[in-house]
Amino acid sequence: MLYNQPSPHETRVLTRRFGLPNSASIDTYLASDGYKAFLKAMQMAPDEIVGEVKTSALRGRGGAGFPTGMKWSFVPRNSPKPKYIVVNADESEPATCKDRVLMEEDPHGLIEGTMIAARAIGSEKGYIYIRGEYRYLIDHMDRAIDEAYARGWLGKNIQGTGMNFDLSTHTGAGAYECGEESALLESLEGKRGNPRLKPPFPATHGVYQCPTVVNNVETFYAVPHIINMGGQAFADLGTPKNGGTRMFCLSGHINNPGVFELKMGANLLWMIDAVGGGLRSGRKLKAVIPGGSSCPILRADECDLAMDYDTVAKAGSMLGSGGVVIMDDTTDMVAVGLRIMSFYAHESCGWCIPCREGTTWLKKMLWRMNNGEGRKQDIDLINELSKNMLGRTFCALGDAAAMPTISLVEKFRDEFEAKVRPVMVPVSGPDQLVAIS
Amino acid sequence: MNFSPALEARISKILGNYPEDRKRSAVIPLLLFIQDEVGAVTKEVVDEVSHRTGTPRVQVDEVVGFYSMLHRKPIGKYHVQVCTNVSCMLVGGTELYHHAAKKLGIGHKETAADGVFSLEEVECMGACSWAPAVQINYDFHHKVTPEKLDQLLDSLRKIQ
Amino acid sequence: MSQTVNITINGRQTQVPQGTLIIEAAKAMGIEVPAFCYYEGYSLQAACRMCLVEVEKMPKLQPGCTLTANEGMVIHTESPNVVAARKGTLEFLLSNHPLDCPVCDKGGECELQDMVFRYGAGESRHVENKVHTPEKQWSPVVFYDAPRCILCYRCVRVCDEGLGVGALGVSNRGVISEIVPNGEDHLKCDECGACIDICPVGALTSGSYRYQTRPWEMTHVGTVCTHCGDGCKTTLGVKNNEIMRGNNRDRSGINGEFLCIKGRYAFDFTSHNERLQAPLVRVNGKLEPVSWSEALATVAAKFKEVKAAGGRFGVIGSTRTTNEENFFLQKFARTGLGTNNIDHHRSGDLATLLDALSGRENALASVADLYTAKGALIVGADLSQQHPLIAFQLRANFRHHAAKLFTVTPGPVREDEIALAAVRAQAGGELQAIEGLREKLAAAGDLTILFGDAIKGEAVRKLVAFGDSLGIPVRYVCLLDNSNSRGAVDMGLLPDLGPGFKAVEKPGLAAPEMLADAKLDVLWLVGANPLKSATLANAGAFVVVQDLFLTETAQRADVVLPAASAYEKNGTVTNTCGEVQKLKPAIRTMGAKADLEIIGLIAREMGINAGIWTPDKVFAEIQQTVRGYNVPAAVLTAGAAALTMPVNGRVASQARPELIRSAGDTLFTSGSLGRYSKVLNSVMESPGGLFRHERE
Repeated sequence: MLYNQPSPHETRVLTRRFGLPNSASIDTYLASDGYKAFLKAMQMAPDEIVGEVKTSALRGRGGAGFPTGMKWSFVPRNSPKPKYIVVNADESEPATCKDRVLMEEDPHGLIEGTMIAARAIGSEKGYIYIRGEYRYLIDHMDRAIDEAYARGWLGKNIQGTGMNFDLSTHTGAGAYECGEESALLESLEGKRGNPRLKPPFPATHGVYQCPTVVNNVETFYAVPHIINMGGQAFADLGTPKNGGTRMFCLSGHINNPGVFELKMGANLLWMIDAVGGGLRSGRKLKAVIPGGSSCPILRADECDLAMDYDTVAKAGSMLGSGGVVIMDDTTDMVAVGLRIMSFYAHESCGWCIPCREGTTWLKKMLWRMNNGEGRKQDIDLINELSKNMLGRTFCALGDAAAMPTISLVEKFRDEFEAKVRPVMVPVSGPDQLVAIS
Repeated sequence: MNFSPALEARISKILGNYPEDRKRSAVIPLLLFIQDEVGAVTKEVVDEVSHRTGTPRVQVDEVVGFYSMLHRKPIGKYHVQVCTNVSCMLVGGTELYHHAAKKLGIGHKETAADGVFSLEEVECMGACSWAPAVQINYDFHHKVTPEKLDQLLDSLRKIQ
Repeated sequence: MSQTVNITINGRQTQVPQGTLIIEAAKAMGIEVPAFCYYEGYSLQAACRMCLVEVEKMPKLQPGCTLTANEGMVIHTESPNVVAARKGTLEFLLSNHPLDCPVCDKGGECELQDMVFRYGAGESRHVENKVHTPEKQWSPVVFYDAPRCILCYRCVRVCDEGLGVGALGVSNRGVISEIVPNGEDHLKCDECGACIDICPVGALTSGSYRYQTRPWEMTHVGTVCTHCGDGCKTTLGVKNNEIMRGNNRDRSGINGEFLCIKGRYAFDFTSHNERLQAPLVRVNGKLEPVSWSEALATVAAKFKEVKAAGGRFGVIGSTRTTNEENFFLQKFARTGLGTNNIDHHRSGDLATLLDALSGRENALASVADLYTAKGALIVGADLSQQHPLIAFQLRANFRHHAAKLFTVTPGPVREDEIALAAVRAQAGGELQAIEGLREKLAAAGDLTILFGDAIKGEAVRKLVAFGDSLGIPVRYVCLLDNSNSRGAVDMGLLPDLGPGFKAVEKPGLAAPEMLADAKLDVLWLVGANPLKSATLANAGAFVVVQDLFLTETAQRADVVLPAASAYEKNGTVTNTCGEVQKLKPAIRTMGAKADLEIIGLIAREMGINAGIWTPDKVFAEIQQTVRGYNVPAAVLTAGAAALTMPVNGRVASQARPELIRSAGDTLFTSGSLGRYSKVLNSVMESPGGLFRHERE
């Protein structure tokens, strides 16, 4: 069941089966060119597959935007160890809800994507790491996997091609940090979701210290289409170095929020107006988080831009995970800052000092500020403490907490100043300061 | 510990997903699925998972403490999880949470005395485009208004 | 050999092997890169972010503890960026750290205090409430105060990687992360206290030391642990003539900073309230306190009388008294009393091993060798229980050098977990089991064979023959029970061997034979307690006991002379590997005298000139008599250990394998000393027992 109506502005590549009757069944899948790309890939040399993915200019859809073909090419060809495919379905970047829809509507598309990746790197085992909150999707994917086994699309000697590939689901249990690929691998090994030291990277030392390709769900979905339509045709859908389409999750103060597949490089304002139905009740745009809550916020006047990795980066933010949060002029930016920091404080794994201590300290300060107990010097301190985390933490979670906060303080300083109270002394209440006068 | 045949089958399947010497991988799935049946990750559950996966107890304990969906104490029959993260917050998630708290008479991570409902203010659960969202146990409810939530909770109370 | 690369740190060039950690490269140049979580020898964490350094051409600051040296790297450890980052990290760290330094045990020797002093800000900008949780007691030994914990994970690693126990973990996440014990709310572990010692702050504190003193109020005395035969150096913190703590933070000695519960906490017997502080003489069937002169006169009179009458003496020495004392005791017994009825509790067949090796060089392994050996075969010993330092060395060797370990034991031992092969063999079946490992053992490259009391007599010769047949260099360690069990053998506390394994013309009686001798006139026990498990055949024998406590044997004595413990005297002891080390007195116990002095005084009282009885003079005599003890004085004075082959040729020993039996002490027992240690008794409920290892 689709949660929102498709938009006529969509370019339906990954979502081409959305809305088909029984879209999740293997029969529907096979009837709509399903598993064709896999058979085609079996006719290609592994290097050819990697080459095609490189040509497609597909970049990781989880948030970092690393070129997928390049990532695959780092896997050693002649490793004596088994190689693994891991699907990162731990979709937990706030404002992101695309992988869920993809898996729900078209589970076999994901299976086929992993099979082609397995063929490309020479893997015989894959895991789909699904966040625990998506419990229904574990059952859903398990059903699809069972179907694929029953019809000979998984297991030994798949369709007589001689290829063996096993796939199973694996569940998380509530931890944002497990979306970070090395933390995900730790979690997959039954440990706390602390990130790993890098290098070595998963391509050489992944699951069980074996070569592993970890990609986001959407990234795997693109693969069969790249094989079917050719890497160049996929690349041509987007902008240079930003191939294909992208699942955008529009949320916030718009009339028609939803998940939409749009061409990479679509204009953000167009996205808000044409696809998202514009701002609700005629309000004015104030700001946009372009790619999940860890991205620096864009002011309304910065939003006339193409939504691809490079253009958004140039504008000082990130395309991230495709979670676009649209905020109108009623939005309280200090409250947004507090909510974002509360999230990161809750999700910090605690491994390194700056993130563990910094996120909580900042949360407390932002709480005071949001509750009218801020001091004037707190504004600069929030900025400075954020910068003390930035680039110094073990993994990117510290950056993810720092970047939006810095952007909020710097772009909406007046809102912070408006919440400052004149003279303050700390008292020993719960997280509170009380004014003398 | 003895579990239902369905859970036992699931456990065997999960244990079969990992290499022979890597059964520790099954720790988190086992904890979650056993919690679903037992109601909480009790000391006995930790021991059982430790035993079945050949993982030292303290390493299982470490995991229980890390993941927010694992609970050491029983939660309500219906665990009401209201998202207040940014996308939901912008369209009334926070108000919805406070509404739920008031209606159920319990706060964050609290369970009502009769054990029917428990409440949790949760982080983003991937329903941002259909916000505000509530998850009751594992069921998603999208675009939830206070009125819709009332109806939902009332109907659950009736069938329990 | 790895390639050498040129790097520049703070403008100074240096050459290091490629892959050297920057933090180590800097240290070698005398440049400190501060760190909490980095700890040499344990896995890398990069968690504390204190060691961030600036590397030219790298956009972000890099952790010096994981960054490896590559050709041409230019590093700055004191650039404005680095200085600011450290300051910022310390500010974060202090945001939830309680500033209870005035009452914190770690105050004055706290790494966090030192770091803030050197690198931190002078003022605090944190005005929020701090996270607080109550302190927890995890065992009689270990307390944990979560708010003080900086989560450097040193304790978790030392316990898991170092000890192989893995009793600690991390629970919760984010700012409320904390260390947790394996038993839910308590520890099931070795209680070694390594976690406490390695803690950079006051988060882990010990039951015995906490809130007792300030570090600067103590004097520190480096001596050798008096318990098992491994010979760990323990540095005793002393205040007002009382031992407050034991540790070895300066890593001096053969054990580095390793200590087990005994070395770290079981010094407490010294101040036990049953400690003997006055000589006792039996008057009308009851032991009554008397003056030293009266007690010595009583002993001397009896000894003279029996000697004059040509009566029979029996002398049993100790496995904890010093070499000097043992040497002097046997010398006085043989020449002064005219008897060869001298013995001690024998726990391993060293004499047969040395005979089988016949003076071969490089055939005995030192404690340090155990860290570098390519292969090690453990026969009939539960090292983690009986020889914790040796177990620690082998584990470190496995971790750092992938040493190949083999265990041949009657039951499971902890070393099985890291062994290439673990074989169960009951008494008598060991050699056959070892034969089954022949190919694997020979493939190790070199081998150290460690054996306990299961291998004795002919079995020792067969073991050496087996070693010879492998075609690789093989070294041996004959495992012995106590701190100076080895020295007792070397010094000739034996009826058939004198000092340096020289055969005695007319061998005397062994200890059990003395006890069983119905005609024995005098039994003189220096630190031995044989009547705990045996009876004295001649009820009328005159019994003299030198000991710390009124042991079962002392209760039967006619005269009891209060002896000083190893922590109260000078002298040397020899560990199970043969390494000679020096004791240093930490405290004095009123009324007690060192055994050496007691023996000397008895001799003087008897009018016998037994020579000067200061430890230095006696040691000089030992050096001339016993080959292995001719170690340079400088080595000993520095507190280092030395090992050489103690005998150059064959040993004409009677072997007597039936008399060789380990006392079977575990980690939490230590003969009669252990009974007077409150710490050891308090942890008795913890899993003990030999060859019964089970992972928690």
